Amino acid sequence: MSVDLLKGIVKPVLAGFGITARRLKHKKVTVMYPEEVREQYPRTRWRHFLTRYESGLEKCIGCSLCAGACPARCINVEAAENTDEERYSPGERYAKRYEINMIRCIFCGYCQEACPTGAIVLRKNFELADYNRNDFIYTKEMLLEEYPGQNEEPFTGHYAEKPAPVYTG
Amino acid sequence: MPKRVETVVLHDSATPVFGDTQKGGSVVVTSLETLLNQARANSLWPLTFGLACCAIEMMSTVAARFDLARFGSEAFRATPRQADVMIIAGRLSKKMAPVLRQIYDQMPEPKWVISMGACASSGGVYNNYAIVQGADQVVPVDIYVPGCPPSPDALIYGVLKLQEKIKRGKAHTLKDLRMVEINARHQEEVEA
Repeated sequence: MSVDLLKGIVKPVLAGFGITARRLKHKKVTVMYPEEVREQYPRTRWRHFLTRYESGLEKCIGCSLCAGACPARCINVEAAENTDEERYSPGERYAKRYEINMIRCIFCGYCQEACPTGAIVLRKNFELADYNRNDFIYTKEMLLEEYPGQNEEPFTGHYAEKPAPVYTG
Repeated sequence: MPKRVETVVLHDSATPVFGDTQKGGSVVVTSLETLLNQARANSLWPLTFGLACCAIEMMSTVAARFDLARFGSEAFRATPRQADVMIIAGRLSKKMAPVLRQIYDQMPEPKWVISMGACASSGGVYNNYAIVQGADQVVPVDIYVPGCPPSPDALIYGVLKLQEKIKRGKAHTLKDLRMVEINARHQEEVEA
């Protein structure tokens, strides 16, 4: 009876815990997301930015090629003429309105490919979830970077209190 | 692990503070609400319900690398009777819409809906006769997660935002209200 008990119950249980014990020395794979943001892959495409030249002028010339390339038809561009008094971009025209429906966008990056001046770029800010669908129409004020090079800054996350750790996958 | 900070604080100088949240109302009701909301927010059981490719990301969110279990949402229920939150993962076709609505109706209150991905939220690239242009035409959606598909981090961010919403919520079902009434009556008895 006791030998059967040993064979039937105790031995398999010990064998099972043996697997657990062997796994303990393995490296932990979980990314502690809200506190630490994992390093995104180099070509990750998330939130859009409208970039500026070093001089502060906008790169966007309002040509609507991004809107034409968009497979989801989520970009709306309305162009206007630059004047010497009101100059936004180096060319003749600038984007008066630039709107992206973030909820319809599929982050394919075709707008970035189509842009002749490299004005629109997709960066690594993935924390876009929100409560109200009206808040997902990103206007030009939201998309345009405040100073040249703002889009190049690494994304650290809304909840993070420290910079992103090294990718540990 | 650092303590998470509530982003939205409803300021009212006369209300008591419990933990890091502030809420209006009397002391008894407030503490009951806080307790209920904390319990609900930290044990959100999703429904096993994947409609398309977003479901793959939903599955990897629950797996070891991203581990949704850290937020109490690891138990994916196969029946709507035991689920708290429905993650609409994928494009919702017009044929599927009545089924989705029925499953939503079968879920017990309180219930929440996460619209995951571009297709579920707005139709995405599928602007055609077959796809519902936004799941909010069928069920009330609490939080939209953009992306095609959203990465597991983005979905976890959505779940965290939903938890914030739940934690600052008022008692919103009939049962809650009844419990609040009972507590108010109890308080009157104590005072008398």
